[in-house]
Amino acid sequence: MAKLKVALYWAASCGGCEIAQLQIGDKILKLVEVADIVFWPVAIDVKYKDVEAMPDKSIDVCLFNGGIRNSEQEHMAKMLRDKSKVMIAYGACASGGGIPGLGNLFNRELIFERAYFETPSTDNPNKVTPQPKYQAPEGELTIPEFYNTVSSLLQTVDVDYIIPGCPPEERTTWLALEALISGKLPPKGTVISHNAKAVCDDCPRKKDVKKVKKFYRTFQIIPEPEICLLEQGLLCAGVATHGGCGAPCPQANMPCTGCYGPVEGTTDQGAHFLGAVASVIDSNDPEEVQKVIDDIPDPVGTFYRYSLADSLLRRARIK
Amino acid sequence: MRKISIDPITRLEGHGKIEIFLNDAGEVENSYFQVPELRGFEKFCEGRLAEDMPQITQRICGVCPEAHHMASAKTLDDLFHTDPPSAAKKLRELFYSSFYVTDHTTHFYILAGPDFVMGPEAPVAERNIIGVIGKVGLELGGAVINTRMQNHHIIHMLGGRAVHPVFGLPGGVSKGLNEEERKEVEQIARESVEFAKLSLKVFDDIVLKNKEYVDMVLSDAYTHRTYYMGLVDENNKVNFYDGKVRVVDPEGKEFAKYAPREYLDHVAEHVEPWTYVKIPFLKKVGWKGFTDGKDSGVFRATPLSRLNAADGMATPLAQAEYERFYSTLGDKPVHQTLATHWARLIELLYAAERLLELSQDSEITSPEIRTIPTAVPDEGFGIVEAPRGTLIHHYITDERGVIKKANLIVATVNNTAAINMSVKKAAQAVIKPGKEITEGLLNRIEMAWRPYDPCWGCATHTLFGRAPITINIYNSEGEMIKKLTRD
Repeated sequence: MAKLKVALYWAASCGGCEIAQLQIGDKILKLVEVADIVFWPVAIDVKYKDVEAMPDKSIDVCLFNGGIRNSEQEHMAKMLRDKSKVMIAYGACASGGGIPGLGNLFNRELIFERAYFETPSTDNPNKVTPQPKYQAPEGELTIPEFYNTVSSLLQTVDVDYIIPGCPPEERTTWLALEALISGKLPPKGTVISHNAKAVCDDCPRKKDVKKVKKFYRTFQIIPEPEICLLEQGLLCAGVATHGGCGAPCPQANMPCTGCYGPVEGTTDQGAHFLGAVASVIDSNDPEEVQKVIDDIPDPVGTFYRYSLADSLLRRARIK
Repeated sequence: MRKISIDPITRLEGHGKIEIFLNDAGEVENSYFQVPELRGFEKFCEGRLAEDMPQITQRICGVCPEAHHMASAKTLDDLFHTDPPSAAKKLRELFYSSFYVTDHTTHFYILAGPDFVMGPEAPVAERNIIGVIGKVGLELGGAVINTRMQNHHIIHMLGGRAVHPVFGLPGGVSKGLNEEERKEVEQIARESVEFAKLSLKVFDDIVLKNKEYVDMVLSDAYTHRTYYMGLVDENNKVNFYDGKVRVVDPEGKEFAKYAPREYLDHVAEHVEPWTYVKIPFLKKVGWKGFTDGKDSGVFRATPLSRLNAADGMATPLAQAEYERFYSTLGDKPVHQTLATHWARLIELLYAAERLLELSQDSEITSPEIRTIPTAVPDEGFGIVEAPRGTLIHHYITDERGVIKKANLIVATVNNTAAINMSVKKAAQAVIKPGKEITEGLLNRIEMAWRPYDPCWGCATHTLFGRAPITINIYNSEGEMIKKLTRD
């Protein structure tokens, strides 16, 4: 059997996805037996133009992590889509924009202003900002153009599968690789994971369908070790988040923050989470409900931590 | 003018690119180390909840999220005017020591080691971890893998996740250790100490006993006389988790010593139009361009810098190695960039010894791991030493603890000026008119920035056995006259 041709690429991301891919450990040797990695800038020496020269659909699978924040990332996403038979969004940034997607609450100008003018350690009397093209004394220097808005990979090209997580847990990565190696691929659009239900289904904490009068911030209480965090008033996203991770965060006494993305059948994770939160509020009195909601000072960062760029909200309007 | 591009340089925090310009005579005129990416954390942290910052800011770097997680948790302690219970501070430091063991091990054996163990101009097919294991033996190779795995296990145990931990909170940590886990940590720590000792012996045998390597380490091509920065404890010993930042001048004299709250008096960041990354320098000396010496504000923040900026190590075995380091290399501070690798191994030993001390601490299994903050939050500062340099977080919030302003000076970034200078100097030394530019020569340029440990020292690099570099050389008309690719 011919070896699978696999490409791995990273865009606006932190490198945690690469570390997660390496955490399959010894299994990576098994992967190398059956697959040729044809492009992986972190690891191997194939350059952009070598990929450009490959015929369309000559790569079997591309695992793409990171969102689209600049022109180079968009170019690479489109090119790799053309060259690959199967395109996979690996991790929360590729599938939902991830935490860098919170940049959509601002725009390029505001981000530059903060980074290059306003930060108190910055010493920039001439108001210099990075330029896509710069004429240095010795010749031209180029860097990619920074976009106004972060997009997910899903919003940029046609994607076949999603491997969820920030980063995906080891077992999720391996589940996907096994499917690729065996050729037993699920229907297009599948989120590859051990559990199609919510994180709650993975979580050992007990749920009593108890309602809450007040929400707490994580630093305000020490939660009981065995009871559902949401029912203790912590804004745990498990209820609106795709399972399969094994619920490691609630088991470390911290709420799920939603990195595995929306539960199957829902598209807007934040709206779903918000709805779930509203349903546990123990009151029908609008005023009282409002008071409970006032305890949530950062709704966007809480409900759309990893999915703002790809959500119905998408971005803030900047006046 | 000819131009040499190294694009992409991937083993960096964020993506990277190096452009080298040759003049008409074929000598290196200048070089630029570019970071072509920005994500804007300092802006989009505004509006977030302060307590979410340990988990948000660690997404700056998935290779060393532990460093951001710790710096942020400490900033929150300050912001909420809360003092974590002693056991919580020790658990954080234990976690962080374990992280240092894995990180320094990865760098030495997988990224930097091959250059020395196999030789800087050894065939690329051999210059990798597989080659290293072949030469030093399977037993040590197994120990490298085991040390990394075991310490990742500790990170997972406390942090809750293998990548992007969740346990840091203002006033403490969300998860402690039980006695069974403590015993496991103690055993791993003992093995890590033995491993670190063995690693220093390997360095002795392979590098210090080889005159050619010693000459290279000491050569001018890899030397810069700069200021050095590092965190120290109350006895001026190296500390990764807490203390004051100490800066020494190129003669080794204390130039500054400051608490996190005072960082703005000491560090400023310069902006260049050809890179998205800012370039930190010492404010009281000033930005004088990419140049070294006492009049230039360029400083370095690396394992070598930390040793130079301190008076010693706080654990006995590491202290003995510290003394041997300076008695062997002569003067203090040591300015030879390549000595950073040796300094890193001394830090590895310290981290392992500290891990062992903490695992045996009678308080470490205490259930008292959180203080609930009660004061109104306002402004907080937090500094840790990340493996790649001094890491600063600074937040201002409203009275509800919602972030109004965030400023972050990220570890690797500290060395931006120094990396630029090191690449240029090494390139000038190895690229000569009329001399063929071989892969081995290029590797000698790469060896100039590898000691700074820009973030991509990942295991696969070596599994596949090569650094990802293509060099294109253009003549003054822009035509490519030579292409050199590693395969």
